[in-house]
Amino acid sequence: MTRRWGGIGAHVVLVAAVLISVFPFVWTVVMATNTTTDIYHSPPKFTPGSHLLENVGNVLADIDFFGSMLNTLIVATVTTALVVFIDSLAAFAFAKFDFPGRRVLFGLLLVFMMLPLQLGTLPQFIIMSQIGWVGTLQALVPPALANAFGIFWMRQYISGGVPDELLDAARIDGCGFFRQYWNVAVPLMRPALSFLSIYAFVNSWNDYIWPLIVLTDPSRLTLQVALAQLNVGHNTDYSMVMAGVLLATVPMVAVFALFARGFIAGATEGALRG
Amino acid sequence: MASVPATRSRPARFRPRRTPVPSARPPRRGVLSYWRQYLAISPFYLVFAVFSLFPVFFSLFLAFQRWDGLSDMTFVGLQQFQFLVKDPVFWQSVGNTLVIWVLSTVPTLFGALVLAALVHSVRRFKGFYRIALFVPNVTSIVAVSIFFAAVFSNNFGLVNAILGLVGIGPIAWLTNPWLIKVVIALLMTWMWTGYNMIIYLAGLQAIPPEVHEAARIDGAGPVRAFFGITLPMLRPIILFTVVISTINGLQSFSEPQVLFGTNAANASLGGPGQAGLTTLLYFYQEAFMNNDYGYGAAIVWAFFLLIIVLVVVNWRLVQRGRKE
Repeated sequence: MTRRWGGIGAHVVLVAAVLISVFPFVWTVVMATNTTTDIYHSPPKFTPGSHLLENVGNVLADIDFFGSMLNTLIVATVTTALVVFIDSLAAFAFAKFDFPGRRVLFGLLLVFMMLPLQLGTLPQFIIMSQIGWVGTLQALVPPALANAFGIFWMRQYISGGVPDELLDAARIDGCGFFRQYWNVAVPLMRPALSFLSIYAFVNSWNDYIWPLIVLTDPSRLTLQVALAQLNVGHNTDYSMVMAGVLLATVPMVAVFALFARGFIAGATEGALRG
Repeated sequence: MASVPATRSRPARFRPRRTPVPSARPPRRGVLSYWRQYLAISPFYLVFAVFSLFPVFFSLFLAFQRWDGLSDMTFVGLQQFQFLVKDPVFWQSVGNTLVIWVLSTVPTLFGALVLAALVHSVRRFKGFYRIALFVPNVTSIVAVSIFFAAVFSNNFGLVNAILGLVGIGPIAWLTNPWLIKVVIALLMTWMWTGYNMIIYLAGLQAIPPEVHEAARIDGAGPVRAFFGITLPMLRPIILFTVVISTINGLQSFSEPQVLFGTNAANASLGGPGQAGLTTLLYFYQEAFMNNDYGYGAAIVWAFFLLIIVLVVVNWRLVQRGRKE
C-alpha cells in the first residue's frame, strides 16, 4: 500500500517538474498569439489569442527573419556535414589502428576538450579579420570544426560498436583503410552518426557568442543574433518578440522531438563511458 | 612501448647485425607507412591547430601586450595583470559570476538528482519524463533569455502580475542587484536540470538491482538505501557533473548579454550597477567593444586560472566525501 502511494507521489512531483519544464513553451505561444496590451492587462490573459499572424508580420517587418534563418540553416548544415565526416574518420583511425603518436595526439585532444573555448576567441577573431572573413558566413564554420568532444565520443562508440573481426575480414578481402572506414565502419556507425549530426546541428543553430562577435554586417546575421536584436529598445512589443522566439524555437524542438530517444541515449553514452 | 619478444632477451648490442629476428609479429614499419591514419586524423588536427591550439597560445602572448588591433603591439610585461588585480570592475565581474554559478549549480544538481531518483523509481511514463524534462536543454539561450526578460519584466511581467493578484507589490527583478543574479541563475537552472538528470538517470540504471535487493533484505529503508548505496555508487558521475557544471556555469555570457547587454539607458554591460556583468561579458566589453585586445586576453586568462582552481577545489571536495 505505501509503495503504491509512494509511486503516486513520485508521479505528482514529476508532473509538476514537467509543467515547469514545458511552461516557457506554452507561455511563449500565449504571448505570441495575443496583443501586448492583452498581456499587460491585469489580470493577464492566460489563453492563446488570435493575433499570431499580426505578430509574425511585425517580426518580419522588424528583422530579416527568413534571411537570417536561411543563413543559420546554411551554416548549420555545412558545419554538421564537415564535423560528422572529420570526426568519424579521425575517431575510426584512433579506435581501430595503432600508429606512432596515437596516444599523445589523443591525450592532447582530451586536455584541450577541458579548455574554455573563450580562451581562443580573441585570436580567432584576429585570424578572421586577417584573412578578410569578418562579416561573412564562412567565418562561422572553422571554429566549430575543432570539435574534440565529437572525436572523443565517436571513438568510444566505434571501439564497441564496430567489431574487429569484420574489419579483419574486410582487410583479407583486400580493403584498404579508407574502404574499411567507408564500407564497413560507416554503416555500423549510423546511430552514432545521427546523434553527432543532431548534436552539431543544434549547437551550430543555437550558437550566439561567436556569430555576435564576427558578424558585423546587420544584413547578414544568424537567427540567434537577429533574435537578440528584437529585444532592443525600451518599449518592447513583447507579443512581437515572442512571436519571433516561437518561430526560432519550433524547428529545433520539432527536430528534437523526432530524434529524442536516440539523442538522449547518445548523450548519456559519452558521459558514462568517459 | 611494444613488448620485446622473448627471443630478444640478450642485450641488443651483442647481437650480430644481420641475423633476422625470429618473431611472430610483422616487422616494425616506418612512420610513413601509417600515412593513411595520419591523413584520416589530419583534417581535425589542422583545424584544431589553426583555430584552437594557436589561438589559445596567441591569447596568452597577447595578455602581455598592449594592442588595439590596429596600431603596433607594445610589450608591457605583467602590466595588464597588475592593472587587473586592482580593477574593481574585474573583481565585481568575478563575484557576479561566482554568485550566479553557486545560485544555479546547487539547485540544478540537487534537483537533477531528486528527479533522476524519481524517474528511476516509477514504472510507467519513464520515456516521456526523460524527454519532457530534457527539452529545455535544446532550446537556444537567446530564446530563453528573451522569455525570462518578458516574464520577469519589472512592470508587466507574468511573475509580477501573479504576485499582484495575491497582493504583493511589483518586484524590481531586473534592476535589483541580487534579483538580477537570481533571475539569471533561475534561467540556467531551468536549462540544465534536465541535462544533468539524464546523466544521473543513466548512472542509476547502471547500478545492478541485486545491490538494492540485498540492502532491502538487510532491512534498509529507501532513504538509507539511497544515502548508503545509491549516492556512493553514483559518485564518479556526480564528480563528472560537478566538473562540467563548474566549467559551463562559470562561462555564463549569453544570458546576461541578452538580458542586459543592449540596455540603451546604461552605457556599460551587465544591467543596472553592472550586477549581471559576468567575467566573460566583461571580457567581451573590453576586447570587442573597447578594442583593448591585450587587456581582454589578460581577463580571459586570469579567468581561466580561476576555473582551474575551482575545478580542483570541487574535485577535492567530492573526492574527500569518498573516504568517509
